[in-house]
Amino acid sequence: MTPLLIENGDLLAGLGVWSDELLVSLLVLPVLAMLLGFVLGGRAAERITLLTLPLGLALAIAVAVLMLHQGTPLSYDIGGWEPPLGVALRVDGLSALLLLTTALVITGVGLYACADFATSADVKEARAPLAFWTLLLGLWAALNAVFIGQDLFNLYVAIELLTFTAVPLVCLKGSAETLQAALRYLLFALLGSVLYLLGAALLYGAYGTLDIGQLAAAMGSSAEPAAIAAVVLMTAGLLAKTALVPLHLWLPPAHAGAPAAASAVLSALVVKGSFYLVFRLWIDLMPLAYTQQIAQGLATLGAVAILLGGIMAIRQARLKMLIAYSTLAQLGYLFLIFPLLVSPVMVPALADGSTPAAWTGGILQLVSHAFAKASMFMGAGLIMIALGHDRIADLGGLGRLLPITLVAFALSGLSLMGLPPSGGFAAKWLLLRAAIETGQWWWMLVILLGGVLTGVYLYRVLVSASFGGAGAVVEAGPTSDRQSASVPELAPEALPELASAPSPEPASAPSPRSSSERPGQTGQAQSVQGQPRLQRPVARSRELIVLTLALIAIALGMVPLTSFEILQIGRGGEAMAMLEPLAEPVGLSAVELPPSGLTPVPSVAGSLVAEMEPLPGVAGSLPSAAEPLP
Amino acid sequence: MNAVAILGLLTDLVLAVSVLMLSIWIVLTPDRLRAVVGFLANGILIALVWMRLGAPDVALTEAIIGGGLVTLLLLGASARVPPESARNAFADRDRWPLHLLAALLAAVVAVGLALVVLNLPEPAPSLASAVATELPATAVDNPVTAVLMAFRAVDTLFETVVLVVALIAFWSLIPEGAWFQRAGWLPLREPAPALVLLGRVLPPFGILTAVHLFWIGTTLPGGKFQAGALLAAIWALVLIAGLSQPMAAAQRLPRLLVVMGPTVFFAVGLAGFWLAGDFLAYPSGLEKPLILIIEAVLMLSVAAALGLILAGLPPAPGSLEQRR
Repeated sequence: MTPLLIENGDLLAGLGVWSDELLVSLLVLPVLAMLLGFVLGGRAAERITLLTLPLGLALAIAVAVLMLHQGTPLSYDIGGWEPPLGVALRVDGLSALLLLTTALVITGVGLYACADFATSADVKEARAPLAFWTLLLGLWAALNAVFIGQDLFNLYVAIELLTFTAVPLVCLKGSAETLQAALRYLLFALLGSVLYLLGAALLYGAYGTLDIGQLAAAMGSSAEPAAIAAVVLMTAGLLAKTALVPLHLWLPPAHAGAPAAASAVLSALVVKGSFYLVFRLWIDLMPLAYTQQIAQGLATLGAVAILLGGIMAIRQARLKMLIAYSTLAQLGYLFLIFPLLVSPVMVPALADGSTPAAWTGGILQLVSHAFAKASMFMGAGLIMIALGHDRIADLGGLGRLLPITLVAFALSGLSLMGLPPSGGFAAKWLLLRAAIETGQWWWMLVILLGGVLTGVYLYRVLVSASFGGAGAVVEAGPTSDRQSASVPELAPEALPELASAPSPEPASAPSPRSSSERPGQTGQAQSVQGQPRLQRPVARSRELIVLTLALIAIALGMVPLTSFEILQIGRGGEAMAMLEPLAEPVGLSAVELPPSGLTPVPSVAGSLVAEMEPLPGVAGSLPSAAEPLP
Repeated sequence: MNAVAILGLLTDLVLAVSVLMLSIWIVLTPDRLRAVVGFLANGILIALVWMRLGAPDVALTEAIIGGGLVTLLLLGASARVPPESARNAFADRDRWPLHLLAALLAAVVAVGLALVVLNLPEPAPSLASAVATELPATAVDNPVTAVLMAFRAVDTLFETVVLVVALIAFWSLIPEGAWFQRAGWLPLREPAPALVLLGRVLPPFGILTAVHLFWIGTTLPGGKFQAGALLAAIWALVLIAGLSQPMAAAQRLPRLLVVMGPTVFFAVGLAGFWLAGDFLAYPSGLEKPLILIIEAVLMLSVAAALGLILAGLPPAPGSLEQRR
C-alpha cells in the first residue's frame, strides 16, 4: 500500500496498512454506535456512547499519529472509485488537528453529561437521555465527515447531518423558549443548506466535478462567473450556519437555552464545522486573487462580530447568555485569518510552503476557543445546578461553593482574552503579528479592542463571583470572612491587564442592584448567612472535567509553535503550488499597503518577538524559518 | 422547426408560467388551507417540469415527496395551528417592509442565478459518459442507480442516516410524560365510510406499485426511495382511516425497521473491505444481488421513517387533544 510497509517491526508502519480502514472508521464507528443505541434505547444508548468515546478518541489519535509519521496527507477513494466519479476522503494536518479536538471535546462533554442525562431508575426509557446520547454520536460522525470530506456533495450530506443533530440539542429541555430558539436556528441552518446545495450544483454544472482538489485545478487562476456566484452563495449559506454577523440572530438564544453539555458542543464544535467549509472554499478551492478581493469584506464582518459580541456580552444579565455572545465575538476572530493569510505580502511565504503566522494563529484560535468555550459552558451548567440560577449579579460566594469551577472559568477566560500563557494568547498574538507583518494595522486595533471587551465582560463575572452578593445583606460580617478565603484572590491575580482598572466600582456595583432587584425567595435563600446556599451538590469529578478542558486551552499556549508545522502537511504541495504565479500582486488586492510594511519580517515584529519571550519557539517559527517536510 | 417541437415549446411555456403564477399565489393567499392545496398542485406541476427536463427519477420523487408527503405534513400542521388572531394579522401588516426586502433579495438572487445558468459552458461538462463507461462494472443498468448505489454509495448511506437522525430529532419533541403514548396526529375521530373503504382497497395496489417501482429501479427510473415514500403514504392512509393503530416512540419494532436499512448497508460496505478490497465495494459477481438486498431493506427503512414522522407525536398529557 505504501513504502512504509517495508520498515519492519515498526508499529506505525503496521498502522499504515490500516490507513484506509482508519479513515472509514472515523465515519462508521460513531454512526453504527448511534444506530445501535437508538434500537436498544434508554440506558443502552448511554452505555454505548460512553464506550464509543475512548474508541473514537483512540481513532482520532491513531489517524493523527499515522499522518504525522508519514508526513503526507492520508486519502482514500470510497469504493475504489476515483473522483470525479467517486468520493474521496482526505486527512491533512489541519483536519487531523480538528478531528483530535472534536474527539477530546466530545469525550469531555460525554463524561460530563452522564449526570445530566442519566435515565432515571423508575422508567425504562426517557426522551431527553435517548435523544442526547444518540444525537451526540450523530454529531460526532457529522463533524468527522465535515473535516475529512473532499467532495462538495458529500460535505453537503455531512453538514445536513450536523444540522439535524445540532438543532434538536437546543430544545432538549422542551420549554417554549428553547423550542422557539431551535426553530429559529433550524430556519437559518436550512436556508444555509439550500444555498450551499445550490452552489454545489452550479459548480458541477460549470466544471463537471465536485471534488475540491479537481475543482481548484480546473479553475487554475481564473474562475467562471458561475463558480464565483456558486461560492458566494455557499459562503452566505455557511455564514448563516456559523452565525457571523449579520446572520447571528439565532445563536445567542440557541446556545444559551440548550442544556449545558449541548451548549458546549454547539459553541465549541458545531459552528466551527461550517467555518471550516468557508475556509476550504476560499483557501483550497477559489483562486487566490478572488480570495484577496473578498478577504477584507469577510474580516470586516468578523470585526463587527468581535465588537458587537463583546458589547452585547457586557450587557447580559445571565451567565449563559454572556457566554453565548462571547462565542459570537470569538468566531469573529476566525474571519480575520482571510486578509492576513492571503495578503500579497504573505503570498511568497505561502508559496514556499512555510507556516505563516496568520495561519497558525487562526487555527490556534479555533482550537483553543473550542476547549475554552466547552469548559465555560459546562462550568456555567455546574453553577446553574449549584445555585439554581445563572444571574451574574447574584453569583457571590461561588468561590466557596465551586472553587474548581471558578478557577476553570478564570483559566478559560484567560484564553478567550488572549492573556499569556494560553492558547488564546498565542493565537491572538500571532494574528497581531500577522497584522503588523502585512501592514494591516486596522485589524490589530480590532484584535486589541476585542481583547479589552472580553476582559471587561469576564471581569464582571469573576468579580461578582468572588466578591459580589455576599456583602449585600450582611455587609460587615462576610467581608473579613472573604479575605480569609483563598479563592477570591484568584481574580485580580488572573487579570493583570485590568489591575489598573477601578476595581471597587464594579465590585460593589452589583451588590446594591441585586439586593433591590431580588425580591422574595431569592433574597430569602441568601439572607441567612449573607451567602448563597448550595441548591444541589455538584460532583467533584464534573468540576475536574471542566478544569481539564480549561487546562488544555491554556496548555495550547505552551506548545512550541514549531510543532504547529504539522498544520502544513498536505498544504505545502498541490494546494499552495498554484499560488506561485500570483506571487507578484497585480493590483487585484483590495489591501492597501503602507510602504514601510512591505518586507516580510518587519522590524516591529522582530522587536515584539524579543519582548514577548515567554512563548517558547515563537521566534523560530517566523515564515522565513521553513522546516522541510517529507 | 417541426410541429412536435413547437408543441413541446408551448407545453414548456404553459408549465413555466403556471408554476410561477401558482407559486406567487401560494405566497400571497391568506388562507392556509388553500395555500396547502396550491402547494400540492404545484408539486405535481414541478414533477411535470422534471419530466420535460428528462429527469424521470427526480420527477417521481418530487411527485411523491413534494406533492404527497409534504402536503400531508402541511395539512396536519395547518389544522393544528390555531387560526391567526387579529393581532397577528395586524403585526403582519406592520412587517411589510421586511417582506418587501425579502422579496427583492429573492428576486435579485433569482435573476442573478438565471444569468449565471444561461452562461454556463456549452455543452455542459458532465460525468454522464464516465458513468456510462463504468456502468458494466456495477452490474446495474440504470445509471442513476449506479451512481446512488455504487459510485456515490457513501452519500446514499449517509442520507439514510440523516433520515434516522431526523426521526430522533422529531421524537425529541414528544411532550414530557407522553413518551410511551401512541402518536396521535393522523387518526380521524369519525372517518367517512368512503375513506375507510379506500383505506381497505388501496393498500394492496399501493404495495404492488411500490414493489414494482423498487424492482424496476435497477433498470428504469424508480427505486427504493420512491417506493418507500409510497409505502409511507399508504401507511398514513390506513392510519387516517383508523384501520390500524399508530406506533409509540418507545416501541422497538419501528426503530428496528428504521435502523435496519443503514445497518445492512454498513455491513455490506464493511464486508467490502475484505471481499472486494474497498469500503462500499461489491465483490464481483455478487453486485446485483447485494444491491437488491440493500435496496429492499432501505425501502422498508425509508417507509418506516417517513411513516413514523407522518404519524406525528402523541398529545401532551392533559392537553385538549388528549381529552378529546
